[in-house]
Amino acid sequence: MPLALKIAASPPDAGDSAPFNYFLHSHGPASTPTLYLGWVLAAVCAAVCLLVAGLLAYAIWRRRAAAERDVIGDPRRSLRWVGIGTALSTVVLFGLAAYALVVLAEVGAPPRAAALTVAVTGYDWWWRIDYGDGAQRFSTANELHIPVGVPVRVRLDSADVIHAFWVPQLAGKTQMIPGVSNEQWLQADAPGLYRGECTQFCGAQHAHMSFDVIAQSPADFAAWRARQQQGAAPPPPAIAARPAPSGAAMSQPADAGAPRPVSIAGPALFMDRCAGCHTVRGSEARGEHGPDLTHLLDRRMLGAGLLTNTAAHRIDWVTRVQRYKPGARMPDIALSGAERADLGAYLDTLQ
Amino acid sequence: MNPPMPTSPSADRSAPALMRVPERGRADAALKRRLQAIWEAPPGWRGLLSTVDHKTIGLRYLVTAFVFLLLGGVEALLMRVQLAGPNGTLLTPEQYNQLFTMHGVTMIFLYSLPMLSGFSNYLWPLLIGSRDMAFPRLNALSYWIFLFAGLLLYASFSLGAGPDAGWFNYVPYSGREFSPGPNVDVYAMGMLLLGVSTTVGSVNFIVTLFRMRAPGMSINRVPILVWGTLTASVANLLAIPAVSLAFLLLWMDRQVGTHFFDVAAGGKPLLWQHLFWIFGHPWVYAVVLPAMGIVSDGLPTFCRRPLVGYSAVALSTMATMLLGFEVWIHHMFATGLPNLALSFFGAASMVISIPSAVAVFAWIATIWLGKPVFKAPLLFFAGFVLLFVMGGVSGVMTAAVPLDWQLNETYFVVAHLHYVLLGINVFPVIGGIHYWFPKFSGRMMNERLGAWSFWVMFIGFNIGFFPMHISGLLGMPRRIYTYAADSGWSSANLVTTVGSFVFALGILMFIANVLWSWRRGAVAGDNPWQAPTLEWSIPSPPPAYNFAVIPSIESRYPLWEDMLDETPQRSQLEEGLLLTQGRETIGSTALDAIPDVILKMPGEAYSPFFLALFLTGALVGLLLHAWWLAAAMTLACAASLLCWMWPSATLLQRMPMVADTEAGGA
Repeated sequence: MPLALKIAASPPDAGDSAPFNYFLHSHGPASTPTLYLGWVLAAVCAAVCLLVAGLLAYAIWRRRAAAERDVIGDPRRSLRWVGIGTALSTVVLFGLAAYALVVLAEVGAPPRAAALTVAVTGYDWWWRIDYGDGAQRFSTANELHIPVGVPVRVRLDSADVIHAFWVPQLAGKTQMIPGVSNEQWLQADAPGLYRGECTQFCGAQHAHMSFDVIAQSPADFAAWRARQQQGAAPPPPAIAARPAPSGAAMSQPADAGAPRPVSIAGPALFMDRCAGCHTVRGSEARGEHGPDLTHLLDRRMLGAGLLTNTAAHRIDWVTRVQRYKPGARMPDIALSGAERADLGAYLDTLQ
Repeated sequence: MNPPMPTSPSADRSAPALMRVPERGRADAALKRRLQAIWEAPPGWRGLLSTVDHKTIGLRYLVTAFVFLLLGGVEALLMRVQLAGPNGTLLTPEQYNQLFTMHGVTMIFLYSLPMLSGFSNYLWPLLIGSRDMAFPRLNALSYWIFLFAGLLLYASFSLGAGPDAGWFNYVPYSGREFSPGPNVDVYAMGMLLLGVSTTVGSVNFIVTLFRMRAPGMSINRVPILVWGTLTASVANLLAIPAVSLAFLLLWMDRQVGTHFFDVAAGGKPLLWQHLFWIFGHPWVYAVVLPAMGIVSDGLPTFCRRPLVGYSAVALSTMATMLLGFEVWIHHMFATGLPNLALSFFGAASMVISIPSAVAVFAWIATIWLGKPVFKAPLLFFAGFVLLFVMGGVSGVMTAAVPLDWQLNETYFVVAHLHYVLLGINVFPVIGGIHYWFPKFSGRMMNERLGAWSFWVMFIGFNIGFFPMHISGLLGMPRRIYTYAADSGWSSANLVTTVGSFVFALGILMFIANVLWSWRRGAVAGDNPWQAPTLEWSIPSPPPAYNFAVIPSIESRYPLWEDMLDETPQRSQLEEGLLLTQGRETIGSTALDAIPDVILKMPGEAYSPFFLALFLTGALVGLLLHAWWLAAAMTLACAASLLCWMWPSATLLQRMPMVADTEAGGA
């Protein structure tokens, strides 16, 4: 169990053995004061439990003098101890309450104006993430990119039922309630990957509704944002070799396999079978029900944290969604072998 | 139906005198035979359906609630198998969601309060020296509705139509758009029924306490269990309307087309959360305060001394409840309410542990100053104290608003609430069954098996539930049907699953003990523990009439007066009011328990059973959209009520003349 008290602020990565551990790890000012509050409270609570256990054990098993056996103890003397115990508890509780209020003030609002505002909308069972507005506006899914070292404001909304947005190592959680405009803030002090998840029961696939927060240096973030703002390049009829994706290393898709030619059938299939729900900017696909797939290859995971984003998983996901995520809004898409290859090859171009 | 006594045209001539001098005396065999004939329920199915004996109803509550505990336990074990390792495939998401919902509904509504109602129903009249509860037929009604609500929920569950949106049932997920099936409607109907059951039960407890105590049992002499149940009952009367309203509004949204929670039409999902938790949090205290009372009354027996700080514990019981109405927002810290509001509710949620501290120190002092007798009930009560503190301090952690933003909706909260509900409800309940089993059955439970079952349960419980704190700190959300191997939760979950089965083994040992002891346990006698309170002054099991003579009371511990020797006065248990002209007991004033009326108690009646049956039928009619059935059943309810309420000359109350000062023992 990863309970060794290793508090090193090593930058988190995808291989972390306890990626949601917020009790020992915090990587930003929206959660670090809470981390210390947690330690203080846990220590006090553990001490209280040990003290009571000790008192109880001694009270039960203490040796009683023979003379004592026939005497009912003086209730006034014992009542005094009840009073002292209660008074001590009261003092400790007031101290803790005051400390909790101080921490609340620290983490309740960012210390300075947020450098960036991102809108996150909960869907059954994925996250839509919108940046900017007007011509700068773009939408992505299940992956929230932020620049390090600055407070980021996250506006929270829901498209259906109540969800809750939580990145344990960066900030506490906030419910996303339809009709209520909630928001919270977070800030990552080091570049890296931070895992997030839905914590409000929202139906069949509540268990599979996680997301990534990817904190990047301001330069990397700006580059990422500039790339995202562009639409997908129209796929050439055939690709000899796929260029290596630029940008952060973590967005490197794990399949650097053999390049496949993209026939014209791939985009057509997408328009026919996928475009009703999915958007690919730069193409005719403008569906709004599912995630924007313009830069699909840029993402680490598929299906809100279910599968790594490899070519094999991508096409497997399309054809067998309901096996991986029973109840998901997306149906299994029946494809012939050739269609699988064509659609898969097209998806592989959505860098 | 309850045969109404026709008011005779010659009522003037035969009108019973409204004043009467009740006889006093000692009970002899002939008198006991006479009382037995008056109070005994008829044999066979007639008695089965018509009895209003609080002891029978109490035992029915205990057994029914325990069966629900076992059902909820099996649901929990299925979930634990599913979660034992990552990517479990035993259950589909839909099955898991129905299981965790039914587990919550069962444990919270069908087990925890009904179980305590069982204790209180059985024990209250015995504890306060009465022959029955204030409203015996209401008592029967309360049980029958509870039973039918439970059957409705489980019948639907077995058809796949049980509640599946969580016991908290948040909208809009529980709205028609996202839960089109009958599941949520079943839950709504079940909750409306349970609301009626709990409300009439609470009214009964409150009136019983203030009206039915034996002469001399002033308000400061009642056992703490009575304080606990009284406090819980008053709270229920104030809290239940919120949840009944919430479910009614939800049902109307779903079936009639109203828009209370419908966002598109300006409805407010947060309204549901407020209504639910305004009820939900006081309810938590309602299901623990009577159990704390069990411990406060049981500990003195096994420590051979009075409870330290009786008044402080009684007051802390009420203070807890009072504060319990001001903390519901701590279930909603993450809903985006203003931080200033959260500060108040967070601070209140910490303050509420101060009265609990009073009780804990009082229990420890009682053990410390006492001479512990190591019997199974003491083990359960002492174990309870530790679990109570553990569940309490983890509650303090969740009361700190910013920390709760992390802990909320994780397994840490699951750990906390199970330490509270099992630690403060199940352990005292099992201890209480060991303690009062001789009174229920006339036989002792096996002591060795009792001790073994305690240790297995205590160790299994901690192995099972402590690691849930760790899963929670590792970020595991609640209500997920599976989890990935790379989330870091596998070890803690495996340990939890192992522990839950050990705990279940302990429960099985306890059941074996009960079943074996019911037939073969050593014969107990009236007072096998040399306990101090009134219920131990009568035979085990008690006769139908409870007390052959109504005792008059001089202290909190009537059976220990010689041992304690605090005052020269002694309670009179052998001699007192006889009251043998039909079913009678004495009514007394609210605070000082000075007898002021002879209460004529109703006999067996079928009307409660049929009223409960028809009420359930009416709601089933609404559920099935069979409006004719709902209408017919409503008329049948009215007919049942008419039979129930029909005036009866035998129920005319009399004022006791002359004898009252004497009987008051003042």
